[in-house]
Amino acid sequence: MDKRLRSALREVTVPVLAIFAGFLVGTIFILAAGKNPLEAYQYFNLYVWGDLSKFGETLVSTTPLIMTGLAIALAFRCGLFNIGAEGQYLVGQVATAWAGFFFTMPAWLPPAVAGFIHPLVAILVGMLAAGLYAAIPGLLKAYRGVHEVINSIMLNYVALFFTHWFLLNRLRDPSGSAATPRIHETADLVQGLIKGSRLHMGIFIALLAAFLVWLFLWKTAAGYEIRSVGFAAGAAEYAGINVKKNIVLAMLLSGSLIGLAAAVQTLGLARKFYEPMGFAGFGFDGIAVALVGRNHPLGVVLAAFLFGALDRGGQGMQAGADVPKTVMWVVQGTVIFFVAAEGLWRFLQNRRSKKEVKPA
Amino acid sequence: MLKLTGITKRFGSLVANDHIDLEVSQGEIHALLGENGAGKSTLMNVLYGLYTPDEGTIEWKGRKVDIKSPGQAISLGIGMVHQHFMLIPVFTVAENIVLGSEPRRQGRLDMEKAIADVEAISNRYGLHVDPRAKIENITVGQQQRVEILKALYRGAELLILDEPTAVLTPQEIQELGQIMKNLVAQGRTIIIITHKLKEIRQFADRVSVIRRGKKITTVEAQGKSEAELAALMVGREVVLRVDKTEARPTKTVIQVQGLTVKAESGFPAVRDVSFHVRAGEIVGIAGVDGNGQSELIEAITGLKKSFAGKVLLNGQEITRMPPGQIREAGVGHIPEDRQKRGLVLDFTVAENMVLGSQRKYQTWGLLNYRMMTDLAKKVIEAFDVRPPEPEYMARSLSGGNQQKVIVGREITRQPELMIAVQPTRGLDVGAIEFIHKRLVAERDAGKAVLLVSLELDEVMSLADRILVMYKGQVVAEVAQQDATEEALGLLMAGGGQRG
Repeated sequence: MDKRLRSALREVTVPVLAIFAGFLVGTIFILAAGKNPLEAYQYFNLYVWGDLSKFGETLVSTTPLIMTGLAIALAFRCGLFNIGAEGQYLVGQVATAWAGFFFTMPAWLPPAVAGFIHPLVAILVGMLAAGLYAAIPGLLKAYRGVHEVINSIMLNYVALFFTHWFLLNRLRDPSGSAATPRIHETADLVQGLIKGSRLHMGIFIALLAAFLVWLFLWKTAAGYEIRSVGFAAGAAEYAGINVKKNIVLAMLLSGSLIGLAAAVQTLGLARKFYEPMGFAGFGFDGIAVALVGRNHPLGVVLAAFLFGALDRGGQGMQAGADVPKTVMWVVQGTVIFFVAAEGLWRFLQNRRSKKEVKPA
Repeated sequence: MLKLTGITKRFGSLVANDHIDLEVSQGEIHALLGENGAGKSTLMNVLYGLYTPDEGTIEWKGRKVDIKSPGQAISLGIGMVHQHFMLIPVFTVAENIVLGSEPRRQGRLDMEKAIADVEAISNRYGLHVDPRAKIENITVGQQQRVEILKALYRGAELLILDEPTAVLTPQEIQELGQIMKNLVAQGRTIIIITHKLKEIRQFADRVSVIRRGKKITTVEAQGKSEAELAALMVGREVVLRVDKTEARPTKTVIQVQGLTVKAESGFPAVRDVSFHVRAGEIVGIAGVDGNGQSELIEAITGLKKSFAGKVLLNGQEITRMPPGQIREAGVGHIPEDRQKRGLVLDFTVAENMVLGSQRKYQTWGLLNYRMMTDLAKKVIEAFDVRPPEPEYMARSLSGGNQQKVIVGREITRQPELMIAVQPTRGLDVGAIEFIHKRLVAERDAGKAVLLVSLELDEVMSLADRILVMYKGQVVAEVAQQDATEEALGLLMAGGGQRG
């Protein structure tokens, strides 16, 4: 137990130091902008957790990042870089919104039951659509050797333009703006968990997802197989584990988690699918969250909260102390940089020690 | 010209070089002869500045030197051509040669001068190669010339060639011989690392034999027959005689029929190999590295799919089945590369124990870590894995203990056929002895054992029947009592037949 605690501490040290470094650099930028850092950080604090409703909004920002971070982390555990999350996110949004307004719950169902079944169905549709979309680069990687970074990044644009076209030509609400019709209220994820904030059930779904991903990766044979493929594909193959099948499975699951994030955002906040003018950014942020969270579900939850807080705190600094929100992006970037640099350092160290230990 | 005194290099508990003395005089071709893992390459890497010796001194042109990096070795006039070339495929020959010390004119790269320089050197030594050709478009033999030219361009007076003929065709080997003669005629000195006997008699002036990290002797190459050299390389005094009774083989467990396997390059690595292993016997495959052993085992275990021929286990065909099914059918496999294939280094010992049978260690759909830990404890105790910690990462174990984890896992699975490839590579004497005993115990328990090893000692002391592989073919089968080191050494080096 003691050993486990020590290794956990070792895992946490670098991200914590990176956060300090990030705020240090942020402070320099605030000073450079001629503002008072103390005042800026006062507003930062106020917006992140100044009162309960503000804290609720921070959690709203955190919610999707937990799920996209989990998605990226799961793919990383299988040795895959799912950089196609943005495209999968759009596909998940369209599918969820469609399931939200297309299906109607029969009137005789008690509202509590309808309000449970409809979101569940819409979420599953969104997960399935995004998962299948992510399986395409998985299949190409496993059976044709095409690198997943290349084909998943290109599929982002396919998704962007396809969902755009599909919305305008097939799903658009004839009476309204460039968006789908609003989903039925039976499909809404309940808001108002905290008065004065939009916090919705999605946060619990995200935390449940984190627990399930942990359970899957570390406590099931299927997760064991995915991790063994990620660590040592040669050993997995030797042990009779189907490497190709696991690559596809990992991409499918990763995409499903992206779809879950998209579904939760759609059912809990937007409640329609608006004409996409670009990528939402949750997918790319998920990469950073997974990196800072060390590809571990618990770390991902904490990192997602950090990024959610930076988002809300940045807004606060801008509103209250007139410090550009972009300063928080500098903090974000610095944190990512130091965490990644540590990875690079460890990589170099490993290489050096390997060179010394292995006789030629 | 060069004098090494008492060079010692240790890797953990393994002594790769044990007080080696070596003298090389100017203008000679000096061969370093030894089996795989004997410590030849380590010694040369010390000389080239890649490793720092733990003890010993290097004297170069009568002056004591301390070589800390390859860059320093190069500036002293020592060049090395590695077994695996270090060239940039999309660059031209001339670009590769001048890389890092490019001729400049007014700060810009002077490619014309580079080409002229390269042509001048290649004409001088008869190393013909087109300086404007791209590396990816020329043959392996020509690439090797580029590597030699690279060293000469940097002013190498002493050239170290690490297994230079391993990748060459017979004609290219002859050409390389001519090149080496030209080089020494112009005053250069060459050290050639090899385990091929024929080449030493053809090319070398003197030969130093290294065995298990120690220098055995230095002799005139012409004064010794191939058989004598083989005996020197392998060593007469066999330290590791395994105590075992006579084999009492029963039914045939595995039958391999007409197996032909193509290597990545499309060249047949295994050619029409047939053999069988019976229950209660150990069959050893002897041979020099790269004569088709790896491909043969990959085909049998299902890791390689494209091959011709049949594999039968207890009369049932297992040809081209997925590796998992072949394991299930009763084949255990101690793989050649324990770190890439045998273990997931970032898993714990307990997790590695169920690698391949993870689906059997589930209750209620979840992995049962208690069962895994219990299994690990059992194997750790039976196979003396140190430290005895199921929660230890496989990566943090020593090589010998990693190997014990693999051997323990595979034996505990109780397979009918155990395939052990290089089961003791890089291990210390104690671990070697232990693993040998366990393999013999498997045989005595009525299992079939197929052993592949590059160590002749190992094959001779363990195997009841010995197959010798050379160039993808089984060139001989010898019963243990009829086997002599000299005869096998000759067969392994292709001395038994022409071509």
